[in-house]
Amino acid sequence: MNRLAFGRLVNTQTVALVGVLLLNWLLFPGFFKIEWQDGRLFGSLIDVLNRGAPVAILAIGMTAVIATKGVDLSVGAVMAMAGAVAATLVVAGYPTALAIVAALAVGLLCGLWNGILVALLDIQPIIATLVLMVAGRGIAQLITEGSIVTFSDPALIFIGTGSLFGFPMPVVIAFTLLVLVTLAVRKTAIGLFIEAVGVNRSAATLAGIRSRLLLIVVYALSGLCAAIAGLIVTADIHGADANNAGLWLELDAILAAVIGGTSLLGGRFSIAMSVVGALIIQAMNTGILVSGFPPEFNLVVKAGMITLILVIQSPFSSQFMNWLGRRNRGAAR
Amino acid sequence: MTYFKKLALAASIATALSSSAMAADMTIGFSQIGSESGWRAAETSVTKQQAEKRGITLKFADAQQKQENQIKAIRGFIAQGVDAILVAPVVATGWDDVLTEAKEAKIPVILLDRGVDASQDLYLTSVASDQVKEGKVAGDWLVGAVKDKDCKVVELQGTVGSTPAINRKKGFEEAIAGHNNISIVRSQTGDFTRSKGKEVMEGFLKAENGGKGICAVYAHNDDMAVGAIQAIKDAGLKPGTDILVVSIDGVPDIFAAMVAGEANATVELTPNMAGPALDALAAYKKDGTVPPKFIITESKLYTPADNPQGEYDARKGLGY
Repeated sequence: MNRLAFGRLVNTQTVALVGVLLLNWLLFPGFFKIEWQDGRLFGSLIDVLNRGAPVAILAIGMTAVIATKGVDLSVGAVMAMAGAVAATLVVAGYPTALAIVAALAVGLLCGLWNGILVALLDIQPIIATLVLMVAGRGIAQLITEGSIVTFSDPALIFIGTGSLFGFPMPVVIAFTLLVLVTLAVRKTAIGLFIEAVGVNRSAATLAGIRSRLLLIVVYALSGLCAAIAGLIVTADIHGADANNAGLWLELDAILAAVIGGTSLLGGRFSIAMSVVGALIIQAMNTGILVSGFPPEFNLVVKAGMITLILVIQSPFSSQFMNWLGRRNRGAAR
Repeated sequence: MTYFKKLALAASIATALSSSAMAADMTIGFSQIGSESGWRAAETSVTKQQAEKRGITLKFADAQQKQENQIKAIRGFIAQGVDAILVAPVVATGWDDVLTEAKEAKIPVILLDRGVDASQDLYLTSVASDQVKEGKVAGDWLVGAVKDKDCKVVELQGTVGSTPAINRKKGFEEAIAGHNNISIVRSQTGDFTRSKGKEVMEGFLKAENGGKGICAVYAHNDDMAVGAIQAIKDAGLKPGTDILVVSIDGVPDIFAAMVAGEANATVELTPNMAGPALDALAAYKKDGTVPPKFIITESKLYTPADNPQGEYDARKGLGY
C-alpha cells in the first residue's frame, strides 16, 4: 500500500519539478539553503512556494473548470477587483474582516455570473469569461480611480506577508485550499460528476447529474479562488494595483493545469498535479532570478522549458517510450 | 495681382483675429492615452489644473490605450475648431494623416511626454523628459553618496525592450562609468510593477548572500523600489541604511518611504508637461514666437533633505 502511494507520487510532473529545482541548484548553489529568520523560514525554496501560491490557488479553481470542458479567463481581472475592493474598504476605515468578506463575495459573485452565462445561457466558456476578463480590470480601475491604493492595516497585510508555523501565509492558505478541495472532489462523488459533465454534458444530465448547478458551483469556486489570490497579492505589496494585479495570471493558471496533466477537452483532472504545475512555473521564475540570466532571456528560457515538459508529457512520447521498451525487451530475448 | 492682394488681406485679417484671441478664452483639446499608471493619472489632473490656472477651457478625451480612439478624438477637436490640441501619443507611428489634417485646419498640435515618428513640421513642439538624463542623475547621486567605497548595485529594470527601461539603464551606466568602485552585479526586469519589484529583489537578496553583499538598489521606477524596500525589510535588513535605494519618477509613496528613512533618492519625472506646453502655446498665439521643437523638462533629484513630507502631501491628491 505504501509502495503504491509512493509510486503515484513519481510521475512526469513531480519529476519535472525536481528536475527544474536541481537545475536551479546547479545554476545557484545556495538554492536549497533554508534558514530560520525572525520566526519564519527563509530561502529560495520558500520563495518558490510563496510566490507560486497565488497561481497555485488560481490553478485549483481553474482545474475544476477545465475538467468540465470549460475555461475561466476572468481570474486575473477578478484578482484585481477583489484586491481593489479590500484595499479601498480598509482605507475608508471599515473593519478588516468586512473588507475580506466583501472581497471574497465579489469573487464569488463574479464566479456565479460566469457560471450563469455558461450553464444557463449556454454561452461558450471562453467567450462568457472573456466578458469579465475585459470588464473586470476596468471595474477594478474604477474602484481604485487608477492609482495604487496603499494601506497599512496589519491584519490585511498578514494575509500576504505573515507566517504560520514558519511558513508564509500564502503557502498555508494554498495548502489548506488544496486539501479541502481535493477532499471535496475525491472523497465525495463531486469529482466523478465533474468528470462526467466534462466528458459529455448531455449524457451526464440524462444520467441524472444536475449539470447546470454543478457548472455554476465550479465557476463560483474558481471566482472564489481568484478572490483569495487577489487578496494575497494585494496584501503582499500593501496596496491594490488595479493595472497590474493578476495581469496574465489566467494564462499561468491554465498552463499550470495543463502541465499538471489536466485535459483541455475535459474529463481528466488532478488538482494536486495542477498545484505542482504552478510550482514548476514559479521554480523557473525564481531560478531565472537567482541564476543571473540577462532579462532578455527570461521568456525564451521559460518557453523552452515548458515546451520540453509538454513534449515529454505528450501521447507521442509515451508511445515512443512504449515502443522503446518493447524493442529493448525484444533485444534482450 | 489683385488675387494675391486679396489673399494677403485675408491672411492679415486671419492673423489679426488669431492674435487678438486672448489666452483666457482659448479652448484646447487634450487627447490622453488612458490611465495605465498612477503617473498618467497625475499628468491628467495636473494638465487640468494648469489649464484652469490660465483660464483655458480644456476638452479632455481618454483614449483607453487605443490609437484609433486618439485619432478619433483629434478629428473631433478639429471639427469643433479648438485653438490647440495636446496629445500624449500612445504609440510613435501612424500619426501623419491626422496631424496633417490638424495642420491644414491651422490648429497647432503639441506632443506631451512621448514623441512620434512623423515630420517635425506637423507639430508645434513636444514636451518630454530626458530619460537618459533621469538615469544619469540617479547614477550621479549614487557616485556622490558612496564616494570611494566599493559598491555592488542591483538593478531593477523596467519592461524589457521599453524605451524608458533602455534609456534609464543607459543613463545610469554612463554616470557610474569610470567609477570602478561601483558595479552593477545583478540586473533583472521587474516590469515597472510593485509586486514584480518585490519578487525580483527577494531573488537578488538570496543570490547575494542574504543581501549582505548588496550596497545599493537602482530601480527604473519608484513602484519597483517600493516593492524592493518591502523585500529588504522581510530579509531582516534596513532599506535606506544597509541597502541604499535610488529610483526614478517621484510618486507619493516613495516620498512616504523617504519620510520613514527607507528610500534615499528619487529623480522626478514631472507630471507637469502641460505647463511648459501651454506657456509655449501662449507665446506662439501672442506674437508668433515659434518654440523649440523639443522642450525638455527638468529631471530634479529629491533626497530626504528636500522635505519629503511636504512633497508627499503636495502629490497625494493628484491621482498617483
